[in-house]
Amino acid sequence: MNWTFTDTWIVITGMLCAVACALPGCFLVLRRMSMMGDAISHAVLPGLAIAFMITGARESVPMFLGAVATGVFTALFTQWIHRFANVDQGAAMGVVFTTLFAIGLLLIVAAADHVDLDPGCVLYGAIETSAPVVPGEFPRAAAVLGAVVVLNLLVIALFYKELRLSSFDPALADTLGFRPGLMHYLLMTLVAITTVAAFESVGSIIVIAMLIVPAATAQLLTKRLLPMLFTASITGALAALLGHVGAITVPMWLGFQGSSTSGMMAAACGLLFALAWLFAPGEGLVTRWRKSANQAPTPPELRKDPGIPGESLH
Amino acid sequence: MNHEHPAHFPLTVHDLTVAYQRKPVIWDVELNIPEGKLVGIVGPNGAGKSTLIKACLDLIPRTSGWARIYGKPYRENRHLVGYVPQRESVDWDFPVSVLDVAAMGTYRRLGWFKRIGKTERMLAMECLEKVGIGHLAGRQISQLSGGQQQRVFLARALAQEAKVYFMDEPFAAVDAATEQAIVALLKELRDLGRTCLVVHHDLATVSSYFDWVIMLNMRVVASGPTAEVFTEENLRKTYGGRLELLDHAAHALRGPATP
Repeated sequence: MNWTFTDTWIVITGMLCAVACALPGCFLVLRRMSMMGDAISHAVLPGLAIAFMITGARESVPMFLGAVATGVFTALFTQWIHRFANVDQGAAMGVVFTTLFAIGLLLIVAAADHVDLDPGCVLYGAIETSAPVVPGEFPRAAAVLGAVVVLNLLVIALFYKELRLSSFDPALADTLGFRPGLMHYLLMTLVAITTVAAFESVGSIIVIAMLIVPAATAQLLTKRLLPMLFTASITGALAALLGHVGAITVPMWLGFQGSSTSGMMAAACGLLFALAWLFAPGEGLVTRWRKSANQAPTPPELRKDPGIPGESLH
Repeated sequence: MNHEHPAHFPLTVHDLTVAYQRKPVIWDVELNIPEGKLVGIVGPNGAGKSTLIKACLDLIPRTSGWARIYGKPYRENRHLVGYVPQRESVDWDFPVSVLDVAAMGTYRRLGWFKRIGKTERMLAMECLEKVGIGHLAGRQISQLSGGQQQRVFLARALAQEAKVYFMDEPFAAVDAATEQAIVALLKELRDLGRTCLVVHHDLATVSSYFDWVIMLNMRVVASGPTAEVFTEENLRKTYGGRLELLDHAAHALRGPATP
């Protein structure tokens, strides 16, 4: 394997991206709104297009703001349709993000002469080209993602109590005056910012894996929120490293050239999730099987009562 | 303010109507609940019992009318109110400990941004011990039984140190020991001058648990001291012609008198 400083930067960028996604991702998973990451990552497209049309330039700041705004609008429209049209939240989300994504595509086709938008780039990102070729250069993607990691950490640290309460029991949060609606949109704004920042390096599809899979893995491994946030970040970072190493080595074993680092990062996320699912202490499939094999009569577990319907989307 | 709705009453409700999709759920509700009472809210499924509580706590929009807590709108007097939502309303696999949940009752006093400290943790622990599950403080909430979950919610409400409590079906699907523990706790709260409004389903225990009862079926059929208003006639008005329920109700009336 021929490891260069470019590879190091690719891994660093991937790790920053993974940590940036894992932090708000934990709250998405706990609020049972994992698909919101999916919706927002698609819906940022018209924001990018409109910002481009208004400013006429591919400057980063207006594009960024436009994309974040449409991301937050997705959450807003979903809530409105859910409430006022009495449509299931998942269905409302489906209506909103496909429509916004389609509008985005139309706008881009209309402005096709000016925009160089590569569909491959949208799907898989350009993490390989985001790394510097010359030593000593500090890559922009890593700087942006690093800033997003810091922002997410700050917001979660500041609103830790409020986010936890409104995720666990929004009704109580409301009666105590903690504005769960405000917390919801704060989280959606974080998701939108993270998605747009990650869009560039890992692409829109893989962002979803980075938002959800490390968080879901951490949920299997931990029993408290703080360790869950920590474990999700570690899992994501580990997946980034494994993903890039895999992208370099695996195609060689199979005898073909080149592969996508971000694709391999998602695959590594899936692999880590599978491992956690099988071997998680206490809850893992194999762990439970071995426990029941070792001690023939298993003590009745003190689990929650069966028949609790707790499957709401809130 | 209207003199019919005295300001020293923990809960006064005037002309309250709530509608979902333009269909009224509760209609023209008029209530005066005096202080220091254990109040049962009974009525058939879909009578609007939870809706009434949620409308009083500003959790859902009111179509008309108002509810006052000690003479003021809810948002001005929320520090006087403790709320126990239905147990099924939250995800019991959430990664928090029993103590964390109980400590959530102290959040309003803490306000925004501040972290819970030693004082809050000690108060939460005290409340957990009061409901008999102090030994479970370190557990994740997914490891609790139904009755223990309900006790955690009660401990959290106690940590709110409120003067009036709204409880949505605290007796739903709990074991007999938990039910007795909750009743003892409610009576203790009442003896301290607190007011508890409790959505309740088991008509057989209404007379022995509650000293005030609200009989609800979209409208308030009756509201008053249990001995006066919990009558067969009012039960018939509340539950309509549902025979098996009326049998049940008749049994309830023959049941043990208020101890």
